Amino acid sequence: MTKSELIAELSAANPHLLARDVETIVGTVFNEITAALSRGERVELRGFGAFTIKKRDARTGRNPRTGEAVPVDEKVVPFFKAGKGLRERVNRGGK
Amino acid sequence: MNTVTRAHLSETIYTQVGLSRNESAELLETVLARMSSALESGESIKISGFGTFSVRQKGRRIGRNPKTGVEVPILPRRVLVFRPSQVLKAHVNHTAIPTDGDDE
Repeated sequence: MTKSELIAELSAANPHLLARDVETIVGTVFNEITAALSRGERVELRGFGAFTIKKRDARTGRNPRTGEAVPVDEKVVPFFKAGKGLRERVNRGGK
Repeated sequence: MNTVTRAHLSETIYTQVGLSRNESAELLETVLARMSSALESGESIKISGFGTFSVRQKGRRIGRNPKTGVEVPILPRRVLVFRPSQVLKAHVNHTAIPTDGDDE
């Protein structure tokens, strides 16, 4: 499923809403999560999961092709941990 | 650290779109519910500019209780993984946002 498919499904399920508004709603969700993480905040959606950032120390990496050492600066990476409810649903879904 | 919750997200939806607070909260719930059911059925979700949620099958392996050292089998299971897009990674690092289309 893609973002546009998600928007299309929500529009179909909510015929009283303008497609443009549904697009704004879905866009807002992901934009707000992005903005929060950029401010160094976490986003916790109980039952779904939590978005956080994790710090990665500076390290010396290597160009895998040439073997040359290259410095990699300290950085942060976005991280998502599925909540209990979703984690269990995903695992059960395979059975 | 500040935590953003459903209440913040639905408040933002409320201010962006001319819906009631109640309906804004319901729609947020619908977005999350629809995503959850797609993942439950094993489907990946690709959000351009944000990232990809996918379900990975893990095989059976032997784990160990770190405290007692006792071996315990870890059964095959399915886990959810999130791969952030290059755009999201750039945002959180305050670096230049890649513009050339969507990665993954």
